[in-house]
Amino acid sequence: MLDTQSSGGAQRIFARIGRNWGLYVLLLPAVVLLLLFTYKPMYGVIIAFKDFSPAKGIMDSPWAGLKYFEKYFNSYQFSVTIKNTLIISLYSFATFPIPIAFAILVNQMRAGRFKRVFQTVTYMPHFISTVVVVGLMLILLSPGNGLIGAVYRLFGAEAPNLMGSASLFSSVYVWSDVWQHMGWDSIIYIAALSSVDPSLYEAATVDGAGRWHKIRFIDIPMLIPTAVTLLILRVGGLLGVGFEKAYLMQNNLNISGSEVISTYVYKIGLISSQYSFSAAINLFNTLINFSLLLLVNWVSKKYTEHSLW
Amino acid sequence: MEAATNLKLRRKKPGSGDKALETLLYIWAALMLLIVLYPLYFIVIASFSDPSAVAGGKVWLFPRGWTIDGYKELLKHSNIWIGYRNTILYTVVGTAIGLAVNVSAGYALSRRDLVGRKALSLFFIFTMFFNGGLIPTFLTIRDFHLYDTFLVMVLPFSVAVFDIIVARTFFRTSIPAELWEAAQIDGCGNLRFYVQIVLPLSKAVVSVLALWFAVGQWNAYFNALIYLQDKNLFPLQLILRDILVTNQMQTALGTGEAAQIALRLANLLRYSVIIVSTLPIICFYPFVQKYFNKGVMIGAVKE
Repeated sequence: MLDTQSSGGAQRIFARIGRNWGLYVLLLPAVVLLLLFTYKPMYGVIIAFKDFSPAKGIMDSPWAGLKYFEKYFNSYQFSVTIKNTLIISLYSFATFPIPIAFAILVNQMRAGRFKRVFQTVTYMPHFISTVVVVGLMLILLSPGNGLIGAVYRLFGAEAPNLMGSASLFSSVYVWSDVWQHMGWDSIIYIAALSSVDPSLYEAATVDGAGRWHKIRFIDIPMLIPTAVTLLILRVGGLLGVGFEKAYLMQNNLNISGSEVISTYVYKIGLISSQYSFSAAINLFNTLINFSLLLLVNWVSKKYTEHSLW
Repeated sequence: MEAATNLKLRRKKPGSGDKALETLLYIWAALMLLIVLYPLYFIVIASFSDPSAVAGGKVWLFPRGWTIDGYKELLKHSNIWIGYRNTILYTVVGTAIGLAVNVSAGYALSRRDLVGRKALSLFFIFTMFFNGGLIPTFLTIRDFHLYDTFLVMVLPFSVAVFDIIVARTFFRTSIPAELWEAAQIDGCGNLRFYVQIVLPLSKAVVSVLALWFAVGQWNAYFNALIYLQDKNLFPLQLILRDILVTNQMQTALGTGEAAQIALRLANLLRYSVIIVSTLPIICFYPFVQKYFNKGVMIGAVKE
């Protein structure tokens, strides 16, 4: 089958669609589900510009213009949520070389049982649910009766209350993420390294390159395309800290450091039922992320020829 | 040939620096294993230990003050077992629906003779970066009367665009176009070709996606938190949240002997519930790990 871009006429196109009607049947469930539950809510974002009341419905609620956006920009929570979100996501952005280093080190290990066990074990935390990981943290990091308390007492010191500190929240959040995902996140880099032509290493050895030189001049350049793609995707999520973990880790003691946009959207929207206000904050967040993604992808395409599409 | 001998000559005198690096590498690896495994091991031994010994920092390598009260307590909490049952149902049904929806879409999009392929791909990929957000989605679910139903946990959010892309990449690289052409000549339609020829050839990608989906369903709590109210529909993770996170604060309050006993049981329950809820995934995982890796690699192939 040739994918003829040229000519055709409407009739021929319809003939080609008709011949492959079965493929459209296969696509139908996914398309319908997306239309109903993803695209229909996109139309629903107009409630961000309305004084929405469930009794009146989306259509008949009166317009409010940019009232709710202004309300957010002028609120005390604006700077708090933006600041916390940015701190956590920039912090976690800064840890992106960890899986790369991890992959390079794993690649240096001799193939064998130890390497296999090592990989199996270090990928494992990825499969533990967020609820259990946060539960683990609450147990282990409790200064009173947790593991960390016992370790500090061993040295005659008092443990900091890691789960109840606003200023330490970002560190706890990011490093527990590193613990949980560094092994798993390295898989994609390990895969990239395993596709390196072995003759490259042999040639390097002949030229007198040591381990370090091979890493510097073969491994790292091989990983750059993968790293760039993943980096672009992460920039697209720069103003978004996942709801699930942040919400679970929140408590009255750390709230000034742990209230991020996603948790605030949830509280305003579903706990205090300010639908329009919540939708406005959410839309603002999505738009920033989407523009960042487009911008970075454009810059990357221009300067490095790596891009998402 | 010359290069080969040269190689051997060089290999014969490894720098002493390389030896030291090698040692450092394995020390690092051992440390990593410890960091990953010890917290999990600690919970296992804590679940069999007297909570006061755990709190006193006496439990390091082996259980102290052996007890299985935590597991006995677990049996009394019927909501945990209802949650367990619900999670199994959501996982099985959700995974079946997810596979049917995403693998089929992935196959259709992999075919280069699909008219409107580019536009359709955009239709899917756009949703990865833009969405209506929490409230508009919530209102939509309510409008469809899906709020607080079994169905909301398995149907509306079963489209996973990333999985569609993985499936599409797999089909493109492993189902040759000639196969379809031959089948077509024999009078085989698209649907029959998909079910009888493509799917049996695609066990690798189908099992990877099934595993991803199943693990995701098992661990998810967000949709349940937003869309469920009836405790009899709660999945395990939401029950776990109550036990591990929400009640953590409450049980810490209160004094007196009764409160002490309650606190003891609450602590034990916390350890044992972590074990019981995570065990299925941890036991199951090493057997399927190679499929996960394969999936990541399929997904990483860029066109």
